[in-house]
Amino acid sequence: MSERTENVSRHKLNVRKDENKEEMVQQVITFALMILFTLIAFSMVILDISSYFIKPILLLLAGVQVAFQLFYFMHMKNKGHFMPTVIMFGGMTIALATIITFTTIIWW
Amino acid sequence: MSNAIVQQRGIGAMIWDYITTVDHKKIAHLYLVAGGLFFLIGGLEALIIRIQLMQPDSNFISAGLYNEMITMHGTTMIFLAAMPLIFALMNAVVPLQIGARDVAFPFLNSLGFWLFLFGGLLLNVSWFTGGAPDAGWTNYAPLSSTSPGHGVDYYVMGLQIAGAGTLIGGINFLVTIINMRAPGMTYMRMPLFTWTTFITSVLILFAFPALTVGLFLMMFDRMFGSAFFDVTAGGNAIIWEHLFWIFGHPEVYILILPVFGAFSDIFSTFSKKRLFGYSAMVFATVLIGFLGFMVWAHHMFTVGLGPIANSIFAVSTMAIAVPTGIKIFNWLFTMWGGSIKLSVAMLWALGFIPTFTIGGMTGVMLGSAAADYQYHDTYFVVAHFHYVIVGGTVFGLFAAMHYWWPKMFGKVLNEKLGHLGFWPFFIGFHLTFFIQHFLGLMGMPRRYWTYFEGQGLATGNLISTIGAFLMAIGTLVFLYNVVYTAIKEPKASADPWDGRTLEWSLPSAPPFYNFKQTPLVRGLDPLWIEKMEGRKGITPAEPLGDIHMPNGSILPFLMSMGLFIAGFGFIYQVDNKLWFIAVAVGMGLFFASMFTRSFKDDLGYHIHKEDLIEKGDGKE
Repeated sequence: MSERTENVSRHKLNVRKDENKEEMVQQVITFALMILFTLIAFSMVILDISSYFIKPILLLLAGVQVAFQLFYFMHMKNKGHFMPTVIMFGGMTIALATIITFTTIIWW
Repeated sequence: MSNAIVQQRGIGAMIWDYITTVDHKKIAHLYLVAGGLFFLIGGLEALIIRIQLMQPDSNFISAGLYNEMITMHGTTMIFLAAMPLIFALMNAVVPLQIGARDVAFPFLNSLGFWLFLFGGLLLNVSWFTGGAPDAGWTNYAPLSSTSPGHGVDYYVMGLQIAGAGTLIGGINFLVTIINMRAPGMTYMRMPLFTWTTFITSVLILFAFPALTVGLFLMMFDRMFGSAFFDVTAGGNAIIWEHLFWIFGHPEVYILILPVFGAFSDIFSTFSKKRLFGYSAMVFATVLIGFLGFMVWAHHMFTVGLGPIANSIFAVSTMAIAVPTGIKIFNWLFTMWGGSIKLSVAMLWALGFIPTFTIGGMTGVMLGSAAADYQYHDTYFVVAHFHYVIVGGTVFGLFAAMHYWWPKMFGKVLNEKLGHLGFWPFFIGFHLTFFIQHFLGLMGMPRRYWTYFEGQGLATGNLISTIGAFLMAIGTLVFLYNVVYTAIKEPKASADPWDGRTLEWSLPSAPPFYNFKQTPLVRGLDPLWIEKMEGRKGITPAEPLGDIHMPNGSILPFLMSMGLFIAGFGFIYQVDNKLWFIAVAVGMGLFFASMFTRSFKDDLGYHIHKEDLIEKGDGKE
């Protein structure tokens, strides 16, 4: 009996180790991607590409970086982060609505 | 400190106890008393307005004073009466309903209250220093940014300080409800009042920053020479309107949602049934909260936003009727086939349903942009929002106070006097405001000081004023009831209404640590489940142990007083730079208190297990 519980707990430990390993891999990949994005951003500016192209790409890269930061480094993708996620996105929605209002019907 | 020890000491000790308290139940008392006081002041202002409008060509008060009256009536009622009274209920009830010993941040809870009180006092000091704010409670620029004197400055500083308190309170309840629920209390087992408090707190968190920003812009325009709202200098006056209503529309849902929750609890308790459509009610609450942010421009249809913006906001406004309708029907179905007890709380709740439905209906009428051009700034609007705010929030507050009074003060409010207070208020309310719909349709504009004879407005206004006095009588009967109950009524039992939720498992009033053992929640309406299984109390979730309690603190009071002093400094530095000394003193006190709080460890204290056993849990 006790041998069995020991097996179970050892199994749990192994699962956790695997999860940690996977987490680490993901973090390294994200980190590498973020550095890559930063390099792309800087090189685009240095290479003097048309600003009509640079601006949307830069904003897109910035958006992806924020998502990486929130979901991978601040663990929003993990369990137990439902409420913070909901409230953050709620706040973003309202902020966005405000920005859209100001840019479309106040300063049109 | 147990209640017995406190009672043995003098009045000074009691005042000190309340000033330094961090106990949510005592802070609820503070909110109730302060909010009640401002409610009476706001009511007095309403009576003065109604006396002025009682007859044509009236000269009871001057036009300028009338402007100050309407501004202060609106501002006081919304920010200083309705909001704190709602916070009083939240503080008194929510921790008990979720099985917590206090809110998540007791110190912040106290800070929130004192900020509100000092902000409210600052606003009302303006009466004695040369004129209250006079640009309407909406304080539209450029009327406000060019208003002479310091009235509007008081509005800006007072609301900024009070608003900070509200924001703190909202965040506190968010964290409390997310983190401090008893074992087994899943989200979908929370009583509706807790749910609506939760959604309300989210609304506060998102809505109040817009007000804060707006007030800061206004402060800099009026006191430091900026030109955000000054069109001649390249500013834009419409910015204020948008910021105000981005805050202001969620604000009205902040006022109504908590009482929706209270009504839900009251209907199910006094119908002896579980709430009909619980999950639909939760869903409707969330949806109202979300849609509440998408409709603010319906206050601004006549500004000239263009047909597309007007249409979008008209449609989203009407969409809110759907979740609200869900709620109304669920309340009706909760009562359907129930064994209804017509207590005073239930009476107010029953009065609320038709009243609020009328207010909702006129809301949809106002929400259709094309029709709104006719109604805008007439008494039709005044009638509409009094039907939802008085018929909703104030009726709800009365209902909830009668319902939870035993939990707050240990005595059941006298039922006979309660009935006696309801009828004059209810009849007076409809007398006052129903006729105003028609006054508005006849063309009587809102906020005008007087009207002429022969316009056909005299009879309606006279009826309206008579109704206002009936409402005053109803309020006075309630106040008499409070005093009468405190002196004459016997101590209430733990569960006078045969309640369903956790707060009724505690003695009335609960001990200062609330739950001796954290309760185990086994479903929706946890107390009812235990009763149906023949148990006396709630199953505990933990063995009896030491309880960790926070120490009281004077710092929230000092911090708020600091901002109060600094507020005067900011207002008067325009006249004389020496007033910056007041700013320095006030902010100095504020930051010194913050510093003390941050660097002086205060780890609280423990109530020991042995003391808990000795004292018993106060139950029979």
